[in-house]
Amino acid sequence: MSNGVFRASALPLLEIKHVSVDYRAESGTVHALTDVSLTLERGQILGLAGESGSGKSTLGYAITRLLKPPAEITSGEALYYPRSARQGTLNGAAPEAVDVFKLTPGQLRALRWRELAIVFQSAMNALNPVIDIEAQITDVLRTHQPGLSGRAQRARAAELLRLVGIAPDRLHSFPHELSGGMRQRAIIAIALALGPELIIMDEPTTALDVVVQREILMQLIGLRNDLGFSVIFITHDLSLLLELADKVAIMYAGRVVEMATRDELKQHPRHPYSYGMLNSFPTIYGERRRMVGIPGAPPDLRAVPSGCSFHPRCPLAFAPCDRVLPMLRQPTAERPDLAVACHRYDPALSAAPLPSDEEFAASYAAAYQAEREGKGA
Amino acid sequence: MTQSQAEQTSSASHADPGTPILEAVGLRKYFPVRGGKLFGPRPVVHAVEDTSFALYPGRALALVGESGSGKTTVARLLARLYQPTAGALLYRGQPAKSESRSALLAYRRHVQMIFQDPFSSLNGNHNVHYILGRPLRVHGHARNRRQEREQILALLNTVSLSPAEQFIEKYPHQLSGGQRQRVAIARALAARPEILLADEPVSMLDVSIRLDVLNLLLDLKEQERLAFLFITHDIASARYFAEETLVMYAGQTVEGGPSDEVIQRPRHPYTQLLISAAPDPNRAQEASFQARGDIPSLITPPSGCRFHPRCPLAMPVCRERFPGRTSFGNGHWAHCFLYGEGEQASAATTQTSTLAPAGQAPQAQVHQTQ
Repeated sequence: MSNGVFRASALPLLEIKHVSVDYRAESGTVHALTDVSLTLERGQILGLAGESGSGKSTLGYAITRLLKPPAEITSGEALYYPRSARQGTLNGAAPEAVDVFKLTPGQLRALRWRELAIVFQSAMNALNPVIDIEAQITDVLRTHQPGLSGRAQRARAAELLRLVGIAPDRLHSFPHELSGGMRQRAIIAIALALGPELIIMDEPTTALDVVVQREILMQLIGLRNDLGFSVIFITHDLSLLLELADKVAIMYAGRVVEMATRDELKQHPRHPYSYGMLNSFPTIYGERRRMVGIPGAPPDLRAVPSGCSFHPRCPLAFAPCDRVLPMLRQPTAERPDLAVACHRYDPALSAAPLPSDEEFAASYAAAYQAEREGKGA
Repeated sequence: MTQSQAEQTSSASHADPGTPILEAVGLRKYFPVRGGKLFGPRPVVHAVEDTSFALYPGRALALVGESGSGKTTVARLLARLYQPTAGALLYRGQPAKSESRSALLAYRRHVQMIFQDPFSSLNGNHNVHYILGRPLRVHGHARNRRQEREQILALLNTVSLSPAEQFIEKYPHQLSGGQRQRVAIARALAARPEILLADEPVSMLDVSIRLDVLNLLLDLKEQERLAFLFITHDIASARYFAEETLVMYAGQTVEGGPSDEVIQRPRHPYTQLLISAAPDPNRAQEASFQARGDIPSLITPPSGCRFHPRCPLAMPVCRERFPGRTSFGNGHWAHCFLYGEGEQASAATTQTSTLAPAGQAPQAQVHQTQ
């Protein structure tokens, strides 16, 4: 699943700045997302990885303004940079960027689908079961491009299906007549209908078998290379992102804890959590050995641990970790494209050398050993 | 992390495993479905065809395949939730009886199941005390309340739910996914089984929890000498967990043997496809294997080898009959004409309608791929 030669341009498409989202529940306010900042470049595939409750889906929904009460965006902005030709349609004043969070319902309608589309996890439920595939695609075209003739709409529907690898003779199939993989392809076709700049995919292949998953992902990369859209790919499966994404943001308890290019993350994860996640997957090749994983479980977001929220599970935790919140910082001066939120990279707090893979491995193994002995005692 | 542990079973996989505790011999399961022609034969789903394997104490057999491959049906046949259409189950060499309820109960004392989804496998109306106490009473392990409580606490400790006193009063909705799955494992252990059938036991759990639960099951396998049938779609966890791996496609077992052999030197094109499709950051080279399409309908399955419509290496003979078993030594075998006719070809052909008379079978081309 090679990323090929495609190079993302350095122009930003979307800048998320200091976004926080709360869910107001009777049992307390849940800070689902706290102070998240990300930049997505044109043509880039950005992976958001995290466990359930890490805030990755909430971020995706916040960007699309799909959050409903009790969820509330409490701060931050999401700056979207439309192509110059399209600026007028979004905002009469034609500034460089529009803040998605400030758009009126009318402007939001112009933004959604045409600029920004979303693909949801369950292909079963995202399609309307009582109308055929063609109608579901032409429905989008009718709504957003009312000038298009019926014939042109149907031609476009057939073209879109061909694009995602479905034979046009399936146009008149109903969702239940398609396999899970075909349904997910059809949904991607619908997302592509208006040629969006950005597609947000929330666990698009999680319910699918590995073989089908790989087919769809390869197709997605091909389409991205041909059409040049950007993707925010949300998944719990980090190993998938390591083959697919240009850039990966690792999320934990509502914050981004590490941001890195795919290759950098693969070769040298900086955050202890990233290292733990990467080494929680059994591998197909290499030595067969007992792996130790991350001790403990993700926190309850109603009572996030103080300081670094990962500290109760972190084998490298030291004095300031339970009191001081680590901010994202460059792990080394020569890599401005990387960021990690860990006190071990802050020379003001830690005199120890920067953590190495060996130190991670040894400390996780020691924590695992201690846990086992504690249980035996 | 990833520290090698001395207790790991790494290279013991081809050692003599001893005597099997549970054997499946030629298991077959067809489900009748509605429809079909009036007075015509009733259509059936050919869910599992001619599947044989053995489970050994302290060892695991992984059953790998895509959804619809028949993995779960095999587990349910072993749990005797279904009656096999053909074939037999041998528990300690004796055919498992099914006449009476008490025989079934006795069987289930030895063979327990862990399900995929801990959110639906635990009854939300009952607390952990009830959920774990019931099998203890049903199987006669606890005679009074005090014994019951003691054993429940011990079970909770075994599955690392501590402090056990706190968990005993909890209801499933108060537990996280990983904790629920641990309760489900404790419930299976309550019967004091010798065999655990684990059907995708970690696929619904969070990534950082999966390994913990997998390691718990590994401990049970190694320390309690439990025999495992481990069902998974993830070929990497099959290798991590199980000494032996069996690959199923559309109801047919296509390849099997020691996990390392099967996964690192896959012979059957379907196994190769599965492995090339699995995400693996450590993959040495790009996946090159191409196959398209989906698992076929099992009501009218493709003739011969059911993988032939998707197989890039399919030959005419693949359509006509199911290949016999070819052994590659070391316990590694596959059903594939790429490696010749295989032994016992005649026995295997009976499983699908053979249009061509046996004598006229076209010559299989033998490809030397490895």
